[in-house]
Amino acid sequence: MHLPPFQALIDAHAHELHRFLVAWVGPDRAEDCLQETFISALRAYPRLRSGENLRAWLYTIAQRKATDVARAAARRPPGPSLDGLPPGAEPSVGPHQPADGWLWAAVGRLPAKQRAAVVHRFVLDLDYRSIAERMGTTEEAARQNVSAGLRRLRKEVDR
Amino acid sequence: MSELEQRLAGAVPRTRLDNERLARALRHRAASEGLLDVAYATLDTPLGELLVAVTPRGVVRVAYPGPGEDVVLEELAARVSPRVLRAPERTDELRRQLEEYFARRRRSFEVPVDWSLIRGFARGVLEATAAVPFGSVTTYRDVAAAAGSPRAYRAAGNALGANPVPIVVPCHRVLHSGGELGGYAGGLDRKRMLLTLEGVLPG
Repeated sequence: MHLPPFQALIDAHAHELHRFLVAWVGPDRAEDCLQETFISALRAYPRLRSGENLRAWLYTIAQRKATDVARAAARRPPGPSLDGLPPGAEPSVGPHQPADGWLWAAVGRLPAKQRAAVVHRFVLDLDYRSIAERMGTTEEAARQNVSAGLRRLRKEVDR
Repeated sequence: MSELEQRLAGAVPRTRLDNERLARALRHRAASEGLLDVAYATLDTPLGELLVAVTPRGVVRVAYPGPGEDVVLEELAARVSPRVLRAPERTDELRRQLEEYFARRRRSFEVPVDWSLIRGFARGVLEATAAVPFGSVTTYRDVAAAAGSPRAYRAAGNALGANPVPIVVPCHRVLHSGGELGGYAGGLDRKRMLLTLEGVLPG
């Protein structure tokens, strides 16, 4: 079984994971979240059974950390500083552009897989093969997650 | 691309990741939580850029530029632990002692060695080598004998050639019985430079 030196994972994936997390929890919390992601990964790393698709493994952890952060933020009472999002919107999704804040709140309400797929496709600008690699799914599943996500978002936009 | 897709693409700010701050935070936390199994750094020395790696037990690797950083780190990941992080401050003590050594202000190293890359006969050979003082030399035959097999001088040569911690364990002080230099993992020029630094060869 072969695992690369952990530093190589940081060097290869930190930037993209950071951008993913900015989309997920906003720029203010992304770096902490990324730190938590790597520390969790480092803790579990020697016990991994396979060195295949470590990127998907990192994204799984990042998504879990982002969800934790979002939950913790949602438990706090909403204050006036929450990016001008409408009441009831998850404060954690804030792209910090009030104009599209509600759109990002809608992205934040998507089921996790669709949300991740939409972020990969449109924020990170990845093709379906790359999305599949990062989500540990088939290309077809990646395509379906993106289009299901878009369908739901369109409904909200048209409403 | 639909209008919706364009809006999705444009809605997330381009926040730059502060690499150095992240790296600092990660190695600090990794160390304090006992997750930094192998810390490494590169050092500029008169013999070129060395990659040095330390574990909580001691110096585990000193590598000359030859094989390339990736190869050395892969080997550490496979043979010591995959928890390998760039963490220069963990190697500060070794860096300081190496600087003193190259400036002729130090004759022996006072850093513990982590022997985990070395097993069996090779360990005996390298431990015998570690006892050879600055400024003197010994032979392949003698270190083989000290490790328990006087006739295994070829095996001793192989063990010295594979020394994971050259300079710190001074395999450059081991020569052929006839006085020829023999071999060296970092190349004979480096062996010559080290022996000159120590006054064994004329400067």
